[in-house]
Amino acid sequence: MKISRKDVEHVALLARLELTEQEIEQYTEQLDSILEYAATLDRLDTENVEPTAHAVPLHNVLRADEVKSSIEREKALQNSPDAEEGFYRVPRIV
Amino acid sequence: MSVFDRYEMVCGVETHVELATKTKIFCGCTTEFGGEQNTHVCPVCLGLPGVLPVLNREVVNLAIKAGLALNCEIAEFSKFDRKNYYYPDLPKNYQTSQYDLPICKNGWLMIETAEGQKKIGITRAHMEEDAGKLVHGGETITTSDESYVDYNRTGVPLLEIVSEPDMRSISEVLAYLEQLVQILEYTEVSDCRLEQGSVRFDINVSLRPRGSTELGIRTETKNLNSFSSVRRCMEYEIARQAEVLDAGEKVVQETRTWDEGRGITLSLRSKEEAHDYRYFPEPDLVPMVIDREWVEEIRKTLPELPAARRERLQILGLSAYDAEVITSSKGLADFFDKALRQCEDAKSLTNWVMGDFTRLLKANEVSVVDSPISPEQVAEMVNLIEKGTISGKIAKSVIEEMFATGKDASVIVKEKGLAQISDESALIKIIDEVIAANPASVEDYRAGKERAIGFLVGQVMKASKGQANPGLVNKLLKERLG
Ligand SMILES: [Zn+2]
Repeated sequence: MKISRKDVEHVALLARLELTEQEIEQYTEQLDSILEYAATLDRLDTENVEPTAHAVPLHNVLRADEVKSSIEREKALQNSPDAEEGFYRVPRIV
Repeated sequence: MSVFDRYEMVCGVETHVELATKTKIFCGCTTEFGGEQNTHVCPVCLGLPGVLPVLNREVVNLAIKAGLALNCEIAEFSKFDRKNYYYPDLPKNYQTSQYDLPICKNGWLMIETAEGQKKIGITRAHMEEDAGKLVHGGETITTSDESYVDYNRTGVPLLEIVSEPDMRSISEVLAYLEQLVQILEYTEVSDCRLEQGSVRFDINVSLRPRGSTELGIRTETKNLNSFSSVRRCMEYEIARQAEVLDAGEKVVQETRTWDEGRGITLSLRSKEEAHDYRYFPEPDLVPMVIDREWVEEIRKTLPELPAARRERLQILGLSAYDAEVITSSKGLADFFDKALRQCEDAKSLTNWVMGDFTRLLKANEVSVVDSPISPEQVAEMVNLIEKGTISGKIAKSVIEEMFATGKDASVIVKEKGLAQISDESALIKIIDEVIAANPASVEDYRAGKERAIGFLVGQVMKASKGQANPGLVNKLLKERLG
């Protein structure tokens, strides 16, 4: 096994996901097979290969420090589940 | 018995400083402070699906500049990473930051301590985006029922500067912070407006028994935004940890928050559980290759740094203390330097800038950059004293008048007829009157009481309404009294 039930519970907690018993079982199995598949890559010898920071062979894509207009607040808030007086409203934290 | 007789404190600081750019790090939204909530936002900084960030060149420039000023190595290859955590101040559920390849590392700065100079190591400095602002319903972070989120700050560029755990006392920590903020202000890397939260400190503190070389268990108190909060927070945290250790218990390694109102630190243990950031390279941003030409271009723009400036002022004859005060802010140091270009007496200029000029700024609640009188005007006034045109005493009222009206010292002196009387015949007339009116003091002086001359000089000054040249009066009096 590449992944344990405990790992899945931990990751779910970090992502604030509430999983049922059955989902934990199911995801542990599925994630395990994904990791198993990805482990195929371990067979390659990467001894003398530089770690890849990015898949695209580009660097220094930069823009000038020039102000562009922001979007209207109504638009910014229109897809939020809850808002009040121009603020996004979220449940109590901590 | 002091806590410090039993324990040695070890402290390292993480400083988050807002970089002085016009726009955010990955989008064109303004970084201006004080806009209405959620009006400086766009699909990129709100993390809406399908958008791509593009790095602001000025952020990289300023990070390199700060790194050079802090004696860091500038990376030839650097990249961004995602720091994952789920918290409503981050619309993307990750913060774009730098993990294993920060832009700057292995630097240092020098602080002054009671035992002399001490080098404080800078482990690294990396670029990242700021999070949004949470406004809590309750009184403190731990008692709120709901939270309101303003994303105006989200994506504002920050440089996180991490020190080595090199500091051993609260005064060393404060000296480090003052030096750091001064350097960032001098280099114009940041506005360093502490009251607006543009510089924030996370303080890592641990105690260990005196003589031990092993590090104790530390706590990290986050988000302090003033030197006085840092000092109070450290006093509290040191006393708290000492109490735990004295009781034979272990300090819990954790993140804490500072409650300014109550003057205590509080545990944020529940958040600690999620302290697993699962960093990975940011796929939406390509890496940076920083060639040495780029670095050298930026090195050329570095101004004279505070330490070099203090040294130069001391060579000019200022005391260490005076040089410290003058260079404490870039504004004052620049003002002084401009004035100095037109003034020969550095010492006298120092006294006037640190004395009456600073007092008038404070009394009128204006900052040095908004001073109603220019450095050149202050220089001219000091020159008038040195030339003997006005006395120091008269100058005190002249500078008040300059402050109120913005007029040149020479204009005020002329308009009000304040020029010192250095005309010998005019002075002799007054001196003779004073001698005639004070026979007893004249007797005393002639009988060998040197002090009587002081009284007589005072009388002449009074009769001339303060305008007589005191040195000349002294000389003439002695001649007349034989
Ligand atoms: Zn934006």
